[in-house]
Amino acid sequence: MKAEGKKRVWADYQKDIADDHFFYVRSCIRQTFFPGSEQFFLHLMRKVLGKDVLENPSHTSCTGIGYHSDIVPLRTIMAVVARHFALMKESGYKNIAISCVTSFGIYTEILETWKHFPRELEQTREDLFKATGREFDIPENVAHTSDIIFKFRDEIAQKAKYRLVNRDTGKPLRGVEHIGCHYAKMFPKHGVGGAEFPRVLSGMIESWGGEIVDYPERRHCCGFGFRQYLVQANRGYSLSNTAKKFESMKPFRPDFVLTNCPGCNMFMDKWQYTIKEMDGTVYGEKGESIPILTYEELAGLVMGYNPWDLGLQLHMVQSEPLFRKMGIEFNPDDKYKTKDGRQMPVPQNLINS
Amino acid sequence: MEDRVLVVGGGAAGMEVAGRLARSGYKVTLTEKESLTGGHIRNWFHLFPDRRDSLEVLSYLENQVDHGNITLLTSTDVEGIETRHGSFLARTADDREIEADAVVLATGFDLFRSERKEEYGYGIYDNVISSADLEIMFRKGEIRRHDGEIPQKIGFVHCVGSRDEKVGNVYCSKLCCVAAVKQAMEVREYLKDAKVFCFYMDIRMGGALYEELYRESQEKYGVNYIRGKVSEIAENINGRLIVKVEDTLAGRPLKMELDMLVLMAGMEMSEGGRKIAEYAGLKTGENRFFAPADHHFGSNRGNLRGVFYAGTCTAPMNITESISHARAAAADVIEYLSNGRR
Amino acid sequence: MEKFGFTLLKARFIDYDANDRSIAEFIYSKEPSFRVCIECGCCAATCTTGKYTRFSLRELNILMKRGENSLVRNKIRECMLCGKCTLVCPRGVNTRNVIALAREAYRKEQDNAV
Repeated sequence: MKAEGKKRVWADYQKDIADDHFFYVRSCIRQTFFPGSEQFFLHLMRKVLGKDVLENPSHTSCTGIGYHSDIVPLRTIMAVVARHFALMKESGYKNIAISCVTSFGIYTEILETWKHFPRELEQTREDLFKATGREFDIPENVAHTSDIIFKFRDEIAQKAKYRLVNRDTGKPLRGVEHIGCHYAKMFPKHGVGGAEFPRVLSGMIESWGGEIVDYPERRHCCGFGFRQYLVQANRGYSLSNTAKKFESMKPFRPDFVLTNCPGCNMFMDKWQYTIKEMDGTVYGEKGESIPILTYEELAGLVMGYNPWDLGLQLHMVQSEPLFRKMGIEFNPDDKYKTKDGRQMPVPQNLINS
Repeated sequence: MEDRVLVVGGGAAGMEVAGRLARSGYKVTLTEKESLTGGHIRNWFHLFPDRRDSLEVLSYLENQVDHGNITLLTSTDVEGIETRHGSFLARTADDREIEADAVVLATGFDLFRSERKEEYGYGIYDNVISSADLEIMFRKGEIRRHDGEIPQKIGFVHCVGSRDEKVGNVYCSKLCCVAAVKQAMEVREYLKDAKVFCFYMDIRMGGALYEELYRESQEKYGVNYIRGKVSEIAENINGRLIVKVEDTLAGRPLKMELDMLVLMAGMEMSEGGRKIAEYAGLKTGENRFFAPADHHFGSNRGNLRGVFYAGTCTAPMNITESISHARAAAADVIEYLSNGRR
Repeated sequence: MEKFGFTLLKARFIDYDANDRSIAEFIYSKEPSFRVCIECGCCAATCTTGKYTRFSLRELNILMKRGENSLVRNKIRECMLCGKCTLVCPRGVNTRNVIALAREAYRKEQDNAV
């Protein structure tokens, strides 16, 4: 595989990412299932990089999951998104930082719709004003939060305590990157590096010392698929797509998977557990499963933060094998303790732990 | 008769039209941007449909331009063409001025740059090559994978950069199908035990003896045809290529591992031709080639009096058609100049 | 399945490399005209059996070439060997012989299995 060829593709998909003053919109899945990621994003941006990031408590779900499940109509979701833009306008911000790939897809698709169909934009302005009395502006800069981490990846590398290198062998750790369908497949121009050979996550992994695994099903969907998993009887479709990816990556012996999208992270994580329960199949080495990390979690790990503060214990597949490879110091006894040291119940049937 | 004609482009069409005009007594300046004439033919090994060595055609063309009335300027880019009192003044990149009473544009085509079909990974995956790359291997007499191994399973992807709105080319390049058939047969001759697959949307065998060649490829060479356009190429851990294609005749997706994949790059208006169209105000069609004044009886003329077209600068053509089109251009130029420039 | 209410599904794609294409190879060797089929569908359009049942020689040809034998093995026996397909084939494929050879090959395959 020729690296030069990939660099040529990346050159075609350079994205303008704002430098400061972000209006932050959260992800439903992330703040519920692995909230450490968003927590760390805010800490990193504000405390470490010294950026101004605003969260508005009136921000709601983008309703993307409802939209993709045919529950929320297009006109409604356009009004919801417009309301978020109105909150941003009222707070005096012009750069939106979106913490979820589903939302990012919703925002970019709606902005593109308004560009091509100005009547829809006018309709939305009217709908929002009638419903809430609010007015909104189109954001000047739209970035997914991984775009922002990508932008500051080298600053993070400079502050790193650990590198994505196997402590025993000295070799780079092998990372699978998965950007999620709605990050760039709809609009390759809005994704760092485009859709076929994306750069957003691979850039982080390389900057932090790791090596990219390019496996045959790399571009395949994680299996999330909204309708596939919402209806129990359909979940076989979701599960099978995930299995297809893991079977394809297995021979490359990846040390971890880095995800962009909340849904991808959740399903590549939880379906590994499910498949193991069903027929005993695991995709990592030595009978282990492959840890699935968000970009904030990975950034936090290389920067030497306590894995339990990053919330890594909240995944189904535990990341201890990765900690050991990287040489990260961690205390297993603290894993399920509250901040003030009280012991919480310990989950059963944890994978890799 | 002292009429002067400028022919831009020293490929098959340009060489043929220059030779014809020179022998009819015109003073011809033939410019070619490369250091050698011959255009794309120089990069091709064997030609369809009869598998003749391209050097034979090249030597015919070189013979055509070997004439006292022809001034050949190689490594010369024409950077401007202006009309002056019914004649033309062209300027080259090295500031030479060429006066002419008529101009023939034979600026030809560029091969589609296969890396633009990102999903095929040309320039990224080591064993994804273009049809032009394969011809170089034929000329060397050695078909090898990047790692030096002899490939045993080879695929051809038709319509790369043709019939594809995603890359802005809605037209059919017309020759890639038969070129794939020819190359598939040649691969089988070099590598007796190799399995060869052509992935196609339609097999377009419109030229003389093309269909016969296609049949021969199935009957005598065992070339396998799978109807479906390859949607994505990836590499597995052994460096083998995985293609994903819908087998549209079986109505199901198909997956296959291959040692090497050849992308049948289509034809596009040349960059040189595009620049001339821009500065000289020449009309181009939806396909971006020069738009002929009339599709049926004016394919050598455009919208500017005294400017003529020859060959693939107007549409994809094979060598036979390019040469015929060039001869027609020569006849048209002669008529124009001897008929009070009408 | 009981535990989760859903299960892993078998992929739909044709796994060309894993499939057994020896039946098609056998037919090629005995009836080379099988190679020149262009899947035009004349055979299926005129077929007496195909008029009232789901039988298409065009489809069976491609499935044999891809090694999808389980879909052909029994189906190929439904032909009544009237020969109209051979009469209409524009490529001159000896379709009746293709069918006869396919039946022979599948029968042999079965015998060997037993």
